[in-house]
Amino acid sequence: MNNQPATRDTATPVARFDITQRLVAKLHNDEAVIGGIGHTNFDLWAAGRRPQNFYMLGSMGLAIPIALGVAIAQPNRNVIALEGDGSLLMMLGCLATVGARQPPNLIIVVMDNGAYEITGGQPTATAQGADLAAIARGAGIANSAWAADEAHFDSLIDQALATPGPHLIAARLTAAKPAGQTERDPAQIRDRFMRGLGTKV
Amino acid sequence: MTDTTWHAIIHATLKAHEVKLVPYVPDNVLRPLIERIHADPFFTAFACTREEEAVGIACGAWMGGTRAIVMMQTSGFATLANVLASLPVPFQIPIMMLVSERGTLGEFNIGQAMVARTMRPVLDAIAMEHHTLSRLDEVEFITDRSIRQAVATQQPACLILSPLLTGGKVFK
Repeated sequence: MNNQPATRDTATPVARFDITQRLVAKLHNDEAVIGGIGHTNFDLWAAGRRPQNFYMLGSMGLAIPIALGVAIAQPNRNVIALEGDGSLLMMLGCLATVGARQPPNLIIVVMDNGAYEITGGQPTATAQGADLAAIARGAGIANSAWAADEAHFDSLIDQALATPGPHLIAARLTAAKPAGQTERDPAQIRDRFMRGLGTKV
Repeated sequence: MTDTTWHAIIHATLKAHEVKLVPYVPDNVLRPLIERIHADPFFTAFACTREEEAVGIACGAWMGGTRAIVMMQTSGFATLANVLASLPVPFQIPIMMLVSERGTLGEFNIGQAMVARTMRPVLDAIAMEHHTLSRLDEVEFITDRSIRQAVATQQPACLILSPLLTGGKVFK
């Protein structure tokens, strides 16, 4: 790695399940994690059932807004949104809202495979030039960076967990099937999540 | 209560029920309520870029222990069928919504008039509790009881502000 910040073009593609496991292994303070739809969500599920995980079942594009709501309600807890490139492209405005609010406890992880993988791999706009970390910086999230490789992803997550945000970490992915599939039981997902956050006993 | 405007009553009723977070998409009829809420440090209120985003924020806040109400106008509600059917309804998250009704009783924009007709059929199709506020003497009762029922039954609810109550938006 040289001294230039990584870009989408220079980043070494990483495996989604691997970096999801790396992320989850770093969570020692009951951080909340919101999984967007699709394979991002499935790999979060496969990385281990934490009561502080919330799994969406539809509502494409809302992982970051849901995470922002949790972050506002619980300012002493770090909240992480895991979102895919296709989903984020559907709700780019939410980056401007995060930029305007500057929630210090919000971390956004963008899993960018350049494709709508779950619907057959059609290319997204990121495969054709859109740079989500640059868009996030332009929306007011100054701490937005591409992970150059797995080790750099680890260090960006460590930094995001230890310093005030908001932070956005973008990872360029290899093409890979998810390691599992989320159980689709919304009432149970919500109930477990609220117990994990201490808002229901 | 000394101030008996519809917006003063809703403001006080939200406060009485600890509904603290107000993500909204701006609307001219809602303006006096939004201004009151911004002026009261009890509330956290801010504009969102889309109504869907505001619903997501409100759902996250509820799960994190903060009650929320999303404010919007009719055309904004029309963008919400998918998110309501996939987030607050199936996950049983009792967010409140307040919709300023356009499209009827003197509408001047045909687009608003047409899209407004989709609102109640969508609410009925997803079996979401909804009430229309059209009389000043009913505002407190309907708002109070709707919040209580939403929380007790863990289901979202929608309040519609009729031009009969607010005067609506008219062509000048």
